[in-house]
Amino acid sequence: MSTLPSAPMLAPRPAGNRLGWLKENLFSSPLNVLLTVLVTWLLVMAIPAMLDWLFFDADFTADTAQECRQAAGACWAFIAEKHRLILFGLYPYDEQWRPLLATLILVGALICSAIRWFWKPWLVLLWTLALVSVAVLMWGGIFGLSYVENDRWGGLPLTLILSTFGIAFAFPMGVLLALGRRSHMPAIKSLCIIYIELIRGVPLISLLFMSSVMLPLFLPEGFTIDKLLRAQIAIILFAAAYIAETVRGGLQSIPKGQYEGADSLGLSYWQQTRLIILPQALKVVIPPLVGIFIALFKDTSLVVIIGIFDLTQAAKAAIADAAWRGFSVEAYVFIAVIYFIFCFAISRYSQGLERHLDKGYQR
Amino acid sequence: MSEAIIRLENVNKWYGQFHVLRNLNLDVASGERIVICGPSGSGKSTMIRCINRLEEHQQGRIVVDGTELTNDLKHIETIRRDVGMVFQHFNLFPHLTVLENLTLGPIWVLKKSKAEAEASAMKYLERVRIPEQADKYPGQLSGGQQQRVAIARSLCMNPKIMLFDEPTSALDPEMVKEVLDVMVSLAQESGMTMLCVTHEMGFARKVADRVIFMDQGEIIEENTPDVFFDAPQHERTQLFLKQILH
Repeated sequence: MSTLPSAPMLAPRPAGNRLGWLKENLFSSPLNVLLTVLVTWLLVMAIPAMLDWLFFDADFTADTAQECRQAAGACWAFIAEKHRLILFGLYPYDEQWRPLLATLILVGALICSAIRWFWKPWLVLLWTLALVSVAVLMWGGIFGLSYVENDRWGGLPLTLILSTFGIAFAFPMGVLLALGRRSHMPAIKSLCIIYIELIRGVPLISLLFMSSVMLPLFLPEGFTIDKLLRAQIAIILFAAAYIAETVRGGLQSIPKGQYEGADSLGLSYWQQTRLIILPQALKVVIPPLVGIFIALFKDTSLVVIIGIFDLTQAAKAAIADAAWRGFSVEAYVFIAVIYFIFCFAISRYSQGLERHLDKGYQR
Repeated sequence: MSEAIIRLENVNKWYGQFHVLRNLNLDVASGERIVICGPSGSGKSTMIRCINRLEEHQQGRIVVDGTELTNDLKHIETIRRDVGMVFQHFNLFPHLTVLENLTLGPIWVLKKSKAEAEASAMKYLERVRIPEQADKYPGQLSGGQQQRVAIARSLCMNPKIMLFDEPTSALDPEMVKEVLDVMVSLAQESGMTMLCVTHEMGFARKVADRVIFMDQGEIIEENTPDVFFDAPQHERTQLFLKQILH
């Protein structure tokens, strides 16, 4: 830690010298020794206790809550009992293979989109197919599938749908807003600024409230927008404002010469934006953009406040079961793990993407 | 003298209160090669940047190849298609390979096929003597190589007019020659109209039909290189030449 400033001055350490590494990095000064001891002590205290709770003292197989409470550790039997409620919410129990399949299709399509080899025109076709089949599976009503209202959708598929569509629509909208904010046309520019500042000025919760409570008041009699769609729109509008400001940062990092080079070739505004400016600007803002995407993925959990049954709400419902009271920690750990898996995957992917785009050129 | 391919009539421009271009009048004949010099801040770069509308003039007329520069985007795009520009800092696109830099304009602006654009790009890369760098990124090249790529990029658009905005002033001294050599051979082999802002007086003597001296936004003196360098008429020109020739 404290050796950092002098590190570049030192000759390279001979490889394989573990003891030297320890001395250099963990015991280089009195303060460092103290910190090392302190941290080690904390780890020694925490890790075994955690492992005991998680695995060794945990009950995986109990049939009833009473039996499970005897265990000193976690009650994973609770998750085993409730996992379908948490993952799929109130979706009709016998039909839950449908949201499961929909989730797999959605995750599959997302994975395909992440692989460069799939970046071809027919990726659009693949997504169309995926979305249609997800819609058919979730709603049903044809092919002998029973119809399921979307207010019975819930759990993981709902979270995935909200965030996938959230990102898919908020991203282009954010880019357009960022371009608009830098536009030379005063009307467009001020519209974009007003939009961005208004949306950024309110918390997502209040936007969700507005979309569910206020919006119907403004709509003409008899005209309703589905509650889920309203929440989805609120999420998109919210994320777009943040994406816009991040992308604007990227746009500002592009030197004037790039615009002039493109201008001098006779490229039109949209050509230079698409071919020259955005590829460079977006690359610069991958880290903060991914931050926004991850935040958006987790923020979908806020839809609980307007009664939409996403992963978090489903976990709360599972806890509320009178027969299985007292296992909220297990439920939250379970959904935390699910959230983590997705967020970590997004994060790792973006690092790979950055490395890939860095190949070849440095400015 | 044939019809002027570039005509500036009473061109004026201000940056706020600062009067950068004062009543410029200039006719450039097709195929003519002009070198523009003058102290920094004299408006020479601004003048040639007005010719492809990277800067906007506020008064007077600029007509390029029969098209007048106005706010009309169509006119601007027509003119930019015919006018190539080489910048002091190259302004290559760092996220594209050399070949992609060269084919971008032909493919998107001239609507050529990719194969056709690549074939002519390779031809021009050979002309600037770096065909072997086609698949590298600009960041992997030296300054001199980058500037030659930039020249080739402009040539790929098959322009009638080439503008050079201090093409060698950002280069390390040992790379100036390779760029100047390319420019000289371009001037001698291609009959293209060239306007070049530079202080490379050897280059001016070798290729220029006319040398223009600007100071404080005005054209002070214009003459053939021999007369210009050996017998400058104007006091400010004499002073300037004395300073740059030591």
